[in-house]
Amino acid sequence: MILTNLKPTKDKINTFLPLGSIFVIFAFLDVLINTFLNLNITGFLPQTLSYFFPLLIGYIGLYLIRIEFSGIGFLDKLNKNINSSNFNAFLSLLILFIIIKAISPLMNWLILEANFAGSSKDDCTGNGACWVFIKVWFNRLMYGLYPDVEQWRVNSAFILLFVLVGVAFFVPPKIKKYFIIFLLFIYPFIGIKLLSGGSFGLVYVETAAWGGLSLTFIISAFAILFCFPIGVFLALGRRSSLPAIRYISIGFIELWRGVPLITVLFMAAVMFPMFLPDGTFIDKLIRVLIAITLFEAAYMAEVVRGGLQALPKGQYEAAKSLGMGYWRMNVLIILPQALKLVIPGIANTLLALVKDTPLIFVVGLMELAGMIGLAKTNPNWLGMAMEGYVFAGLVFWVICYAMSRYSQNLEKKLSTER
Amino acid sequence: MNLKKLNIENKKIRDLIPQALTVLALLSIIFYFATNAQINMGNRGISFGFGFLSQEASFDIAFSLIEFDGSYSYGRAFLVGLLNTILVSIIGIFLATILGVIVGVARLSNNYLIAKTAEWYVEIFRNIPLILQIFFWYFAALRALPSPENAINFYDVSFLTIKGWYIPKFVWINFDIFCYSLLFAFISVYFLNRYAKKQREELGKILPTFTLSLGILILIPLLSFLLLGVSLSFNYPELKQLSETSYTYEKGVSIIPELIALALALSMYTATFIAENVRAGVMGVGKGQKEAAASIGLNKNQILKLVVMPQALRIIIPPTTNQYLNLTKNSSLAAAIAYPDMVLVFAKTALMQTGRAIEIISITMLTYLSLSISISIFMNWYNKKMAIKEK
Repeated sequence: MILTNLKPTKDKINTFLPLGSIFVIFAFLDVLINTFLNLNITGFLPQTLSYFFPLLIGYIGLYLIRIEFSGIGFLDKLNKNINSSNFNAFLSLLILFIIIKAISPLMNWLILEANFAGSSKDDCTGNGACWVFIKVWFNRLMYGLYPDVEQWRVNSAFILLFVLVGVAFFVPPKIKKYFIIFLLFIYPFIGIKLLSGGSFGLVYVETAAWGGLSLTFIISAFAILFCFPIGVFLALGRRSSLPAIRYISIGFIELWRGVPLITVLFMAAVMFPMFLPDGTFIDKLIRVLIAITLFEAAYMAEVVRGGLQALPKGQYEAAKSLGMGYWRMNVLIILPQALKLVIPGIANTLLALVKDTPLIFVVGLMELAGMIGLAKTNPNWLGMAMEGYVFAGLVFWVICYAMSRYSQNLEKKLSTER
Repeated sequence: MNLKKLNIENKKIRDLIPQALTVLALLSIIFYFATNAQINMGNRGISFGFGFLSQEASFDIAFSLIEFDGSYSYGRAFLVGLLNTILVSIIGIFLATILGVIVGVARLSNNYLIAKTAEWYVEIFRNIPLILQIFFWYFAALRALPSPENAINFYDVSFLTIKGWYIPKFVWINFDIFCYSLLFAFISVYFLNRYAKKQREELGKILPTFTLSLGILILIPLLSFLLLGVSLSFNYPELKQLSETSYTYEKGVSIIPELIALALALSMYTATFIAENVRAGVMGVGKGQKEAAASIGLNKNQILKLVVMPQALRIIIPPTTNQYLNLTKNSSLAAAIAYPDMVLVFAKTALMQTGRAIEIISITMLTYLSLSISISIFMNWYNKKMAIKEK
């Protein structure tokens, strides 16, 4: 009898709803006051009980307001989404309380007690993060050891790239073609010339000085540019009817896919010079770039192969029956369709490539993560690892999240078209 | 007739030319590299060979599962590195699987908060480069731990400090007998399950397999303790003062911070991918399957065990194995934080000492390659076995 009376039902909503709401509100008030005002209003209870008190009270409250088909829109929504069973109610409370508890120290560290002004470690007096570190080193983190007066060259190379890409999006298709050809075949040389200098009155800047976030972008851009065509060729090679080409492609792809990038980088940095004639020297950055390109090309090849395999056989047969040769068939019929099928996969590979670039620091190239490693070991700035890596993580997260969002949107857009 | 024959031969020749050219190009590149390498090595006075593996390594390794010091050979150093790689991979795979399954299931929860939390976990940890996560844990998070004298104390049994995590050491007597008893238990469980399956298929009897298996698995090792003289005791870590300000823990086992950071980062990163696989797998089982199962009277547990899971696993396992492989390959990032894995010990330290770049890099790459290839062979076999047999 008592149990049936305790079961929250719609006809007793006037009793249960206010009672439950009070319990829930009290639970949240307790946690909030405890966290933000440092006041424990349940301090009179034993310590463990006091600690779990809001959880208990909130749990009872959520039980009391779990009224099915109450007719109140908000309550029904709440019950359905976070309060559908005892277990769910418990987990919801736990998550909410953890978020409330975590937000205060997190905000304190990130913003409220952090130091933004100043120019040395001594200016960081608060308990929070020392963002002065990032501010002072910002230039280095972005450009590496690139000379300060020459940094406009890095900026202009990237601005030129963005302007070109932006314009290419909006111009009519007829001119677009030329823009793309310019971007793919001429711009890279202009960019390299601008960055390295040595002629046209520009001071020569050796690649060892390149670094920071700009190096991440440079490596990503070049690797993306080159790994794509190589990947397509490898994929075609793997599906070729000619056994020698097929087996060489398979061997090449599986070799790169089977080893970690770090060993490939070591190979490029340490082992590869042994294979060159005595006295010849290829810049380390270029060696590493080639290594990353080949490594990612193997992954790209597998993605493209997926697209090639997904195409129905009829497409090949139709193209052949029109009298097309191998290359015409692939370029005009097969690849456009196959590549469109695997755009999400391609985007994922490119995302992986961007995430792989920080690894180059193992062979002594200093992009963002490497520069932070350098900055935090500076005697004047010891103990700044947390700030540095949180900053780098944030930067990479923004880049990668934007890329993955873009690829997801692309996926959705393309799937509705079909 | 003649024309046709000519055409066929023509095609053969047409096919042959590009192949021959590719092979020729490849061979000449290899030949070119090989000659250069030979000249270069000749100039430096070293000759190609693997004899150095038996030379004395004369460097120390901070953490090893087998006995090692400077007097052991490079070959032994390689083995130490390999074992360390395997150790961190196994720990990582174990943790990543648990976390990944939890997060994957949480993403499917009808509780909005849980689903969102899981989603943000995936979005955050998937989109930060793994190397940065490793750095974060190692250089930032674990460095914030207290020094040994103020260690975080877990019931006086294990201690978490900036120098590592100290846990009790297991002291076994007659450990081999225990291992045999465990092995015996597993074998008997296997035969029990086969027998139960036969009974079920032939006579329709359902044996309580799960309870029986669990009983065997507990009982037989327990008997080995009681009857066969196996015993286990623990050496708890104890705080010891080295000098006025320097303390350390002794007697226990120390898990070095490099290993903790690496295992944490690897498992949290890989878990996001496993979670996505799990989600895709469970969502990939059609709603009709569950409804059909419910309509023939299976209860909720039976639906999950007999209908949903077998189909979901078929979708989940191949990409997840791929993730395990990725985790193993990613464990090579250990070199960045000085966890003595294969890359650090062999491809960095040993290479620096011997200067034998070609041999050492090839051995390292071949080891990873053979690992990858053997797993993919296993995967192909497994896929064939699990594939739906259409009649």
